Order: sequence, then structure tokens, then C-alpha cells
Amino acid sequence: MSYWFRNDNRLPQTRLAVVSYIIVGMIGLLLLGFWKLQVIDSDKYLQMAEQNRVRSIPIIAPRGRMLDRDGRVLVDNRPSFSVLLLRDDPKLVEQYLPAISEGLGISQDDLHDQLQNTRNLPKFQPIVIKPEASSADLDFIESHRSDIPVLEMLSISRRRYMPNGFLAHATGYVGEASEQQIEASNGKLRPGDVVGKNGLERQYNDILMGADGMRRVIVNSVGKEVDHLSQQDPIPGKQVTLTIDLDLQQVAEQSLGARPGAVVALDPRSGEVLAMVSRPTPDPNDFAVRISKDEWKQLNEDPLHPLLNRAIQAQLAPGSVFKIVTATAMLEDHNPPESFTTYCPGYGTFYGRQFKCWVYFSKKGATSHGVMNLHEAILHSCDVFFYSAGMRLGIDRLSFYGDKLGIGHKTGIDLPSEEAGLMPSEQWVERVFHRKWYAGETISVSTGQGAVTTTPLQLARLIGGIASGGVFKQPHLMKDAQNVGDERVAISESTVEKVTDAMYGVVNESGGTGTQLKLAGVELSGKSGTAQVIGYNTRNRLGKQKKFEDNAWFVGYAPKRNPEIVVAVLVQESGQHGGEAAGPVARDIVKAYYDKKNRKTLGTVTASEHSTTPSSGAAVVAPVVAIKPQGVPATQTHTADAEPDPQ
Amino acid sequence: MKEAPGTRDYDWWLLAILAAICALGVVEIYSATHASNLAGMHVKQIKWLLFGFAVMFILSRVDYHLILDQALILYVVCLGQDFQVSELAKLIIIIVLARFFAEVRSDELDLRDVLKAGMLVGVPLALILKQPDLGTALVLVPMLVVGAFLAGLKWQHAGIFTLAGILLVGSVFYPPVSKHILKPYQRERITSFLHPEDDAKGSGYQLLQSKIAVGSGGFWGKGFGNGSQNQLGYIPVRYSDFIMSAWAEEQGFKGVLLALGLYMALLLRLVQNAQRAKDRAGMFLVMGVAAALGFHVLVNVAMVIGAMPVTGIPLPLMSYGGSATLFVFMAIGLVMNVRLRRFVN
Repeated sequence: MSYWFRNDNRLPQTRLAVVSYIIVGMIGLLLLGFWKLQVIDSDKYLQMAEQNRVRSIPIIAPRGRMLDRDGRVLVDNRPSFSVLLLRDDPKLVEQYLPAISEGLGISQDDLHDQLQNTRNLPKFQPIVIKPEASSADLDFIESHRSDIPVLEMLSISRRRYMPNGFLAHATGYVGEASEQQIEASNGKLRPGDVVGKNGLERQYNDILMGADGMRRVIVNSVGKEVDHLSQQDPIPGKQVTLTIDLDLQQVAEQSLGARPGAVVALDPRSGEVLAMVSRPTPDPNDFAVRISKDEWKQLNEDPLHPLLNRAIQAQLAPGSVFKIVTATAMLEDHNPPESFTTYCPGYGTFYGRQFKCWVYFSKKGATSHGVMNLHEAILHSCDVFFYSAGMRLGIDRLSFYGDKLGIGHKTGIDLPSEEAGLMPSEQWVERVFHRKWYAGETISVSTGQGAVTTTPLQLARLIGGIASGGVFKQPHLMKDAQNVGDERVAISESTVEKVTDAMYGVVNESGGTGTQLKLAGVELSGKSGTAQVIGYNTRNRLGKQKKFEDNAWFVGYAPKRNPEIVVAVLVQESGQHGGEAAGPVARDIVKAYYDKKNRKTLGTVTASEHSTTPSSGAAVVAPVVAIKPQGVPATQTHTADAEPDPQ
Repeated sequence: MKEAPGTRDYDWWLLAILAAICALGVVEIYSATHASNLAGMHVKQIKWLLFGFAVMFILSRVDYHLILDQALILYVVCLGQDFQVSELAKLIIIIVLARFFAEVRSDELDLRDVLKAGMLVGVPLALILKQPDLGTALVLVPMLVVGAFLAGLKWQHAGIFTLAGILLVGSVFYPPVSKHILKPYQRERITSFLHPEDDAKGSGYQLLQSKIAVGSGGFWGKGFGNGSQNQLGYIPVRYSDFIMSAWAEEQGFKGVLLALGLYMALLLRLVQNAQRAKDRAGMFLVMGVAAALGFHVLVNVAMVIGAMPVTGIPLPLMSYGGSATLFVFMAIGLVMNVRLRRFVN
């Protein structure tokens, strides 16, 4: 045995004892560490463990459908897939971004923006990076499940509107809630929630939206669902029945065609909107998913303003349709008296300036009207007569009646962003321009030119209200709307009688501006309007240009008194007279209304008209031709008030 | 020299404590893996334990003086085999240090001896660091420290070395210096230890998940097989390096008290065996083992509660692992060896 351990039994007992104390101290310190975690901070870590373990997955509530007045589906939902990005691990996400960008065709900047916008949400909550996944996208995710572990698919239901922008401006569209909307919702909305952005979708969002459900599941460390804790079922949004008549809407869409303009059909007895069209129109199905910044920019900068709902937002000179207001004022004020007549040589001189009558530019026939009384002046739409009448009335009285009949006031239709139009007055020029009213302006206003502007809806309400004897029902699109406004304007029976007789004559008496619209068996009445975009003199100076063409108006209704339907039609920059360009649209709709009414009374309503399946609703819609006339600027008074919310 | 003594002289208390710790380990390995694709791991662990027990028994029968005689050869072998079997390297360094300190005859260790011992450990340590195997390399340090302390390290030397140690540790945490001496992944572990929130899925994430597991266990624990962090796989390597985390989650503070109590008993029992060793050589051997095991427990458990960075040092006898288990049993075999011969001569 080796030498080195012999007689060597002096052990350092003290130092060994020190080592034991160190051991006890060390274990004690470790226990203190555990005490801190497990007893003092236990609740905090228990909560963190729960956050790890439990994941809340929203179950999207389907949005309520929109039906027409007969229960046919106008707007419903369809299933669709969204691509989710799991963001638990920012590093991992960052690493896969290029591959995701390439595979799904989303730019990396876009993805970065989305991550930035959602940075305040809990990390375990995935975000939607592509709302409308194509089958190629789904294939991509499926085939890269293992090498790109941060993608997931979510099946949801999406809005389906009728194709080609059918009824698009009335229904509006949905989109992801904007940051402002989320803030304003008091926690009801979360980023990514789909809400109504415009039109009825926005107006009745609370009814249509429903409440999302929630599934709480247990997930393991790689995000795989291993167990199910609880489920709160979604509350589907409520169905909304509209006053729209699919049949009339279809006729309206087709009859207006691709021309920029608008159509509103109302039942003046109830204020129900039977049809509403605005051209041009975007396809809201494009918004139902998510619209790219570029597309949104393009829509907003389009000179034709496709986002503008012209039926309620186009504020344009009503032209000769306004003569009904002037006529009403004259008859009510007896100034000039009913027997008043003028001689129209094709022009008139007022306040030292010559004002032309439209007949002066007439290409065929006479260039003057001759002697006119009120009835004839309405039939022929003689400007000189109304210049004279307006001059005698003065702007105060004209503006009083215009105001009473609703010009310059919103009709209160249940759509967001309605415009009020403008009834000029002395106070108005003083307030806005700080100047005195020029007497010559009265002459223009009395024939619906100058500063006076109205929306198509206002004109439909106005003409319908006068023909109903002064009863103005608030226009609305919700079928069982509560508290429909009912405004009564005191107009004498004789005034109503004379004005409606004249409007009947416009269509049915020889010499009327709408005689070509005559319908057998229907008391179609109405008033045409041809509103200048610029003055005659200016136009002559600049030469013939499309964008300076007249706006054609026609407001038609039937029957002659207490009408069941009134249709206002605007065809912008048509270059034709109101009766020629806009009149046929109004006639088609009124005709369709009576055809349907007669079929119903004869009991020959076809089964398909009462069907509520979405396919039948969509199937009867004939595609409207693509609506993109080039290079025509819209009115100067547009206000696209849609939510600017490009994603 | 007489024949080796009989079974009566084995340290039955030590064996009981060992068995208890092993049992906790097996139970928790089962709980952590039974519901996963790793199911059946506890059986493998039991096999390793049985094998380890047999090795321990064999090792205890060979007189430790014979083993110490071969220290030089073992040291050369150890350097020669390039530390592929790092567990064996630890064992050999224990033996080599025991031999070295036993040869120092004075009660006080002079500076030359300290530096010699430092060289003895420093060379393999540097080689192991190059592997790189930080965990194993670190274990050599407490062996040297405890050995030198018991061999009569002077207080003033101790002070100087402590200062040097603090500087070294400090430099590891000081990036401008650490980038010259540590591998990138090691530096990452250090930074993620200091700033766990910056490192969501790396070792910072591991430490955070471990803390969540421990903390959420509370005083009473979530119960066997009920730890969500454990069962759903949030705890990293929950059956091995982080088994204490899984145990703490399911058994709570009371379970931790039991486990750490057992480890304390084990270590104190080792010290007791050292105190009763027949000679200094035996004492150094036992204390070398105690230093290694104590350091394992300290570093592993401190990591589990987030007080130390991730180093890859397993918890002796509880963590799953063949070679680690074998090392502990061989080390205990040396201790038994010393104990069996305390009355000889």
C-alpha cells in the first residue's frame, strides 16, 4: 500500500462543521425562493398558468339577413375561410413573415402594419391576416402545417350582397371596425369585428350584428387544442325586413342602366322606399372581405364618386321640377293671381338682364311658347312664366314655401349621411356670403336654378307630399319602422287640385313635356326638369362638352291624387331633357308597380315571388352592365360620407 | 489489510434517503410523461437506477486506497479520452483531488499547493469548456473549493480567491468581456436570464415557464398528474433538467419541502461520513462527492426557481438520465467504500 495515507487521520472537524452549516443555509435559501414563488406570489403565477392553458376562441355570430317587403332575401351570408396568424412568439412570426408574404400574396409591409395595429392585444389571441382565403391559400396552409406553424384557418360566415352593385347604396356594406368605432363602442367591439360601415348595414348595425360566442379550450404548449372547457353560443343577428320591392328595384336598376344618376321610388302613403338606385356603384361584395388601401383610394378619388349614394347625397339644382314649388307658392299666396298669364317670346328681361326660356334653344318646332297660363306653363315647363311669377313672389315667399316643402331639410330617412340640399334666402346669402341678395337670383331660383339644390329623395317626398294633399310621410327603408314622421303642410285643396291637374297634364295632355310617357290605364303624372350645370351663355362660350351637359330629372307618380307610388329619377349629364332621359325610368317603375298590383289582385302571383331562399333572390337579378363611363366628373356638391377605412 | 467488512456496515440511512429521492424522481417522471409520446420513461429510469445500484455495490467493494493509487493513470486517461464521458471526468477529478489534498501533510495549505490544485483542475476544466460543456466544467469548481477549504486554505488566500471568483463571474455577465470567453449560445442564456421578457421562446421562456409552474403549484400543489404546465408541456424538459419544476407544480411547497429536505439529509449524511472517515484521503473523497452533488442540487434548483441561468445541470437522482444517474451511484459507491473501511486497521 502506498505511503501517502499512513498515519493521516487528523480531520478538519471544524471546517467540516462549517460545510454542514453551508449546506443547511443553501437549502434554506432555496426554500425561501420556493416560498416566494409558491406562497407569496402564487396567485400571480396561477393566473399566468391559466393564461397559458386556456384560450378563448370567438364563435362569430352570423349577421342578420335583409329581406325585401315580400320576404325575398336581399342580403345574406356565405361561409368563408380566414387565415389566422398565431402571434404567441414574435420571433417565430418574424422568421416566417417572408414565407407567409410569398405564400399568401400579402406584402410584408401590410403584415407589419397589421401586427403593429394589434400589438396591444394579448399575445395568445391570433389575428386575421387574410380574411378571404382562396382554395390556393388553404392548400398553402395545409401543406406547410409543419414548417410554418404560425398559420391557422378560421371558418366564418361572410356577407353576400346581390351581384353588380344591386341595391348597393341602400344596403351599404360591412367591414372591420375602425379604431374610432372600437373606442366608441365601450368595449363591445374588438379589432377584427365586422360592423356595418355604410347604408342600412351601418344604420341597423345593432340589430343586424348579434353577439359573438366564445369557446374556451385548453391548449398545450404547441397550441394544440387538447380539451374543451365551456362554450357560450353566439346570438345571431336579427333579420331585417325592408320596404324595398325586389321587382321594382330590379326594374329601376335596369331602366337606369349604366348612366350616372339615381332613382328613388316611394309609397307616399306610408313613406316606404320601394326602390333606391345610385349609379355608378361599387360592388359591396368587395368590401365584405377587406379592401386594400389602393382600391379604397381609387374608389375615393374616382371622379364619378361611386361611393356617393346619389339618391340621398347628390345635391343638385332641381331645374323645372322646382316650378311645382313656385306654382304652389303662387297659388297659395294668390300672387300673382291664378289667372296670371305671360307672353313667352323665348326669353324675358328681368332686372335689366335677359333670361332665356328653354324653348329658345329648341331644335325642332317653335322657339317661343306664346301666351301661357299656369296650367300651360307647367305642361310646357315655360321658364318665362315662372320667372315672372317668381319675380312677383320674391325670394322670401319662394324660400318660405321651399323650406316648408322640405328643401334644405333632411327627410330623416333611415340611412346615414343624408344631405339636406339648400333653399337659398336673403338670410342665407348674408350668413354665408355676407352680401345682399341680388334680385336676379330670384329669377333663377324660381325655375330651380341658381343656388337651390335638392336630393332625388327630397324631390320624391316633395311631389308625393303635394299630391297627397300636404301629407309628408318620413321616407324609410325598415318595414316595421316605429314612429314614422308624419308632417302636414297646410296647402289648400284648390292648390293641390290645380297643381296635380297640371302634373297629370304633363304626361297626358298634348304639349306636355312627358307625353311620350303616357301609360294606358294608369294616371301617371309628374314633372320633368332639365337642370343646367352651367349657364347657357357660358356653355355657348366653352363649346359642347359632356361634363357640362344638363342633368335630366323626372319625378313621376300615380295616381293623380293621393298617389300610391312616386318615383324621382335623376340622370346626370345626359344632354337630354328630363322627360326624355329620366321620364322613361319613372314610367317603367310605375308600370311595373301596377303590373304587379294587377297580378296580385288577379291572384296570379307566382310562387317564386314569395320564396325566401337566397338563390331565388339572387337569380332574378339580371346583371347590370358594368358601370364605368369615363371622364365625367360628378356634381360639385357630392359628399361621400362613407367610413374611410382602408385596410 | 483485512477483507472488506459485511453488509452491516453499509450506510443504510444514506441508502434509504437515496431510495426516497429516486422514488420521488420516478413518480414525477411517470407523471410528466405517462400521457405523452414519452410514456414508459419511468421504467427506463428504474432500470438505470437498478444498474446504478449494482455499480455502486461493486465500487464499494474495491478499497478506495487502491483506486486512489491509480489517480495519476486515471487523470491521464481522463485527459486522453478528451472528456467525451464527462460524468466519468467528474468522478476522476474527485479521486485526483482527494489524492492530491491527502498528500499535503500540513494543516495549512500554502499558496504553492493551492496553485498546484488549481492547475490540476484548471487543465481539464479548460478542456471541458472547449467541448463545450459548461455544466460539467462548473461542477469541477466546487470540488476544488471544498477540497482546498478542508485542506486548510488560509483565510487571506480564501479572500483573494473569492475576489477573483467574483470578478470572473462578473465578467461573464459583463458583455464586453463575456464575448471573448463564452460561446454565443452561452451568452444568450446569460442575457435571457437577466432579461427573460426579451426572449419569448428561448431560455428566458423556459425559465419563465418554470417559474409559472412552480408558483402556480402553491402550497399544496395541483396534485399528481394535474399540473397544467407539466401535463401540457409548457415546462421545458419536464422529465429531466426541469423535473423539480414539475414536482413543485404538482406537489406544491409541501412537496418541495420533502424533496429539499431529503437532499439536505443526503448532503449532511455525506458530511457525517466524511467526519467519520478513517483518514484524510477518505474524507476528501467523500467531501468531493458531497461538493459535486451539493453543487448539482444548488444550481439545478436555483435554475428551476429562476435564480440562475439555464446551465444544463440535472438534479441528481430525480432527473431522468442514464449517465447522470450512473455518476451519482458511482460517487455514492466511493462514499460507501470509505464508510465500509472506517474501522479497518
